[in-house]
Amino acid sequence: MIQTLRLVAALFAGMMFGLGLSVAQMIDPAKVIGFLNIFGAWDPSLAFVMGGGLAVNLILTPLIFKQARPWLADYFRLPAKTEIDRRIVLGGIIFGAGWGLAGYCPGPMITSLSFANSSIITIILAYLVGTWITQQALAWIDQRPSRLARA
Amino acid sequence: MEIVNFTPVPALIGGALIGLSAAFLLWSQGRIAGISGIVGGLTKPVRGDLAWRAVFLIGLVLGGVLYRVLGFGVGVDHIQPVVSPTLLVLAGLLVGVGATIGAGCTSGHGICGLARRSPRSLVATLSFMGSGLVTVFVVRQLMGVGA
Repeated sequence: MIQTLRLVAALFAGMMFGLGLSVAQMIDPAKVIGFLNIFGAWDPSLAFVMGGGLAVNLILTPLIFKQARPWLADYFRLPAKTEIDRRIVLGGIIFGAGWGLAGYCPGPMITSLSFANSSIITIILAYLVGTWITQQALAWIDQRPSRLARA
Repeated sequence: MEIVNFTPVPALIGGALIGLSAAFLLWSQGRIAGISGIVGGLTKPVRGDLAWRAVFLIGLVLGGVLYRVLGFGVGVDHIQPVVSPTLLVLAGLLVGVGATIGAGCTSGHGICGLARRSPRSLVATLSFMGSGLVTVFVVRQLMGVGA
């Protein structure tokens, strides 16, 4: 029963996220590039999307963490890493280049499948390939004992 | 600076919905609503940790469908990629590689991480915002792609 409820909750969360991306027009890559185009004709909308999402979470997150545990799970799963390393900067720079190039980050890519055209499938496949290859590469690097490998 | 196509009200409402979704996922499952993290758990699968991810992503698509069902389809029909298929492939690869190395994307770092006041997410967000700004400047302004 709780398994089913978990899946229903995940589906609900996903739908709300996808609806939010659509309402905010973040599924339009021109809106994303318009925001990043601060040296040209600038569209500030994306700042309001992030600001809206952030405001809601700044209020709700502390309240959620006051609970001993989540509604449908045993504990909160938060990222284990907290230190700032080179990877977080390097990854951000590479991610930002791809994001700025085509105007798609992972959420809008997937929501855009709701009006599937071949170009969405192209970028999603490339995104999945990039993810998979990097996961394999990082796993390989991290299991080597070398000090140099810990970039 | 010239301001164009600014849509603050839909942006705020959509952003709030995204925020509520992230809060709901954290409250109900104890999970961070970072899309690249959710996808990454599917490409590097762990037993018993797949179904909720798949279902969340199906919901992500259904949210777009719901938007159309509610009658906003006209607004999305015109949406087209702004770069060639070759650049789409390059962009997709960069997004996948970057989000994996940087352990997160716009949602996980930019909304959830910042809301948890994570310094790591702040550095990530500044990195991808800065890189995105530079990329758009180089590609759009200097090279004139899609201009």
